Amino acid sequence: MNSIRLGWAVASLVTVLSWPPADGAAQSKPAAGAEWPMAGKDYANTRFSELAEISSANAKDLRLAFTFSTGVVRGHEAAPVVVGHTMYIVTPYPNILYALDLTKPGAPTKWKFEPKPLAAAQGVACCDVVNRGVAYSNGRIYFSTLDGQTIAVDAQSGKQAWRVKLGDITRGETITMAPLVVKDKVLVGNSGGEYGVRGWLTALDAASGKIVWRAYSTGPDKDVLIGPKFKPFYATDQGKDLGVSSWPSEAWKIGGGTVWGFVSYDPELNLVYYGTANPGPWNPHQRPGDNKWTSGIFARDADTGEARWFYQTSPHDVHDWDGVNENVLVDLDIKGAKRKVLVHPDRNGYVYVIDRASGEVLSAEPYAYITTSSGVDLKTGRLRYAPEMEPKLGRVVRGACPGSAGAKDWQPSAYSPRTRLLYVPQQNICQDVEASQTSYIAGTPYVGMDVRMRPGPGGHRGEFSAWDPALGRKMWSVKEDLPVWSGALVTAGDVAFYGTMDGWFKAVDARSGSLVWQFKTGSGIVGQPMSYQGPDGKQYVAILSGIGGWPGAIVAGDLDVRDGTAAAGWGNVLKDLPQKTTKGGMLYVFALP
Amino acid sequence: MALCAAPAGAEGQLRLCADPHNLPYSSESGAGFENRIMELVGKAMRVRVTPVWLPQGRGYVRKTLNAGLCDVIAGVPSDFGPVRTTMPYYRSAYVFVSRANAGEAYRTFDDPRLATAKIGVQLIGDDLAATPPGHALAARGLVDNVTGYAIYGERPQVQRMVDDVASGALDVALAWGPQAGYFASRAPVPLQVAIAEAPPELPGIPFSFSMSMGVRKGDTALLHSLDAALSKIRPAIDAILTEYRIPRVDFTSSRRAEARP
Repeated sequence: MNSIRLGWAVASLVTVLSWPPADGAAQSKPAAGAEWPMAGKDYANTRFSELAEISSANAKDLRLAFTFSTGVVRGHEAAPVVVGHTMYIVTPYPNILYALDLTKPGAPTKWKFEPKPLAAAQGVACCDVVNRGVAYSNGRIYFSTLDGQTIAVDAQSGKQAWRVKLGDITRGETITMAPLVVKDKVLVGNSGGEYGVRGWLTALDAASGKIVWRAYSTGPDKDVLIGPKFKPFYATDQGKDLGVSSWPSEAWKIGGGTVWGFVSYDPELNLVYYGTANPGPWNPHQRPGDNKWTSGIFARDADTGEARWFYQTSPHDVHDWDGVNENVLVDLDIKGAKRKVLVHPDRNGYVYVIDRASGEVLSAEPYAYITTSSGVDLKTGRLRYAPEMEPKLGRVVRGACPGSAGAKDWQPSAYSPRTRLLYVPQQNICQDVEASQTSYIAGTPYVGMDVRMRPGPGGHRGEFSAWDPALGRKMWSVKEDLPVWSGALVTAGDVAFYGTMDGWFKAVDARSGSLVWQFKTGSGIVGQPMSYQGPDGKQYVAILSGIGGWPGAIVAGDLDVRDGTAAAGWGNVLKDLPQKTTKGGMLYVFALP
Repeated sequence: MALCAAPAGAEGQLRLCADPHNLPYSSESGAGFENRIMELVGKAMRVRVTPVWLPQGRGYVRKTLNAGLCDVIAGVPSDFGPVRTTMPYYRSAYVFVSRANAGEAYRTFDDPRLATAKIGVQLIGDDLAATPPGHALAARGLVDNVTGYAIYGERPQVQRMVDDVASGALDVALAWGPQAGYFASRAPVPLQVAIAEAPPELPGIPFSFSMSMGVRKGDTALLHSLDAALSKIRPAIDAILTEYRIPRVDFTSSRRAEARP
């Protein structure tokens, strides 16, 4: 593990202007940053804690404060949420919601809510049965279940206020994302693009659960909520019903573009931002065209859902690159001008800095080793694909970097307004793709594509890096043996936290990347770290441990790693994971003595 | 989860991994041709066949055979890697399905009518994967008039396709033979089913597949018992497949065999 330092003098020339208020949906008003009311911490999705008691100088003294077993052994991808003196956590399927009382020693369970989702949903979810967290607003906890329901629960009593069924598992539709509550609406999207699900983001009335609007990611403009206010920046996104005409015949009806990442919100512009997943489920040669509006970023009016702009990170995606990675809203001074931007580290290997009012790409710089494209044309906005890396029947493609999981996947980065750096959990994984032996599903034989992932250059499979979005360059990087599949947290004490798939929870100096503390949890970490202020006034840091998720399913789902293509190619590159960690869902909470 | 699979016949029963709703193969009601064939296999092996119902989908082998839940899958391609397969007991192919009153049956991808016909094709729920006809259509640039039928939905995928051919919503469907033959024979209007000839530009892509039973790798004793039973009852199996209108091709043929019957 080595860290490198680059150009701090240059970095300090960049200034951050007017940090967005982003006070979240929390109603009570303890100290700034005391609470963590939604998975991304705030509407800007910064995962920045204003708490500074734990610093890079004293983090070495962090001790375990309490633990809690969730009783579930699949991949724990959720962020714990804290509002008032209660912590809320949701487990993977069966999606049990726990409220823990932080005022009492050991944080005993205050209540437990069991939604009892349909067991059949487990067979439908593509990549483990994960859930990415809950959202708190106005006295209620909102979350979704794997079988496609969204549920509102009273935060005090744990009693259900309403539940609605939004997705249909018989059609392959599940829900795994953490909702976002904006004003009086709960925003929820679906998962399941590999089964021919048509993606959508839906706004529910927070009071009743009634659907207020639904914006599809494919199809005619009226379904996508594209109207006169839609002003995409690039010509290729302009035109009528592109969600139909950029597909062959009726393929948009089953075209994917699901919405399972994090949603951000800018209160000033009143716009919500989110990414759409890859097109599917066709072999790419069966769906020529850009396949709008998949693998890109939407900006929509938070009240009406009307689209304002769209930018396609991977037009006609052939590599399985969902565009769902997080959009972190920051205000930067770029080339002397104040810009309201969103920062988006994409699966395709570029960090996009996009003007969040107009959709203009200001920069798109590689943050990983890339062979699948040669950059982004800022004039046209198009990704310049390397055609020889396109998977094709009868051709073996070797060394496609990044692989299908991207330079990073869903695992969210964190941004500190103090260091002005984005802390990015990454993979360093390339892959080979070739037509495989006979496969078989639901009574139909077919020719499968064999995806075998391999470590990228250097041999390490993961990385935790600090990225300067104004300069468009990496400032330091910590190499990790395994992919870093956990989210990131950064605090006002200039400490950044992340977890590893073999169970180490780590604190690094946010300015240098030097390791200051680590703790070995019981199982691999694929969750989202968070920080809060306890009733005793102390700063705490919490993480859910519990291996799983797409790569971790090798352990969580007992997959046979002798099959290199298990877990859609991860079996090859993570053969050693079953020796390095075992299953188990557990909350770990740390504080200074 | 330490379920130990009983050795074949040790307790006088054979646990069959079966999809409860996957006609014509298997059904909880016992109406599938695999249900019928397994009954005969059970009799020949002097064991009771006990179905364990689990829908086929991703990870089926892992969740059934490899989890020790059951011991045999009645129908898998003979070169299906994740399991050990018996001798093949039938071989089928991808077929064209069209209305009997709509001209000659489609047989090849060179058929000029394909340029304008409304074509249905099975979609596989796996990124980058396609059925051989899907690859063939894409290779010929036939994408604009093609509708993909997803595996998930209210009725079986191929039943939806065949119904759409019957109603005229599709001119022709390209589907895997066993499903196409079965549903076509039950359509409200006469349909014709013809083996699809493999296009020359896709060498190495099989359009016909031999089908076997699958057991856990290493379950050699069971494999041998099944092989013995299958050869004993071969004529009865053929009769059942004929009854279910399963199009078959010669075991020796890879491409151009005629359909039986």
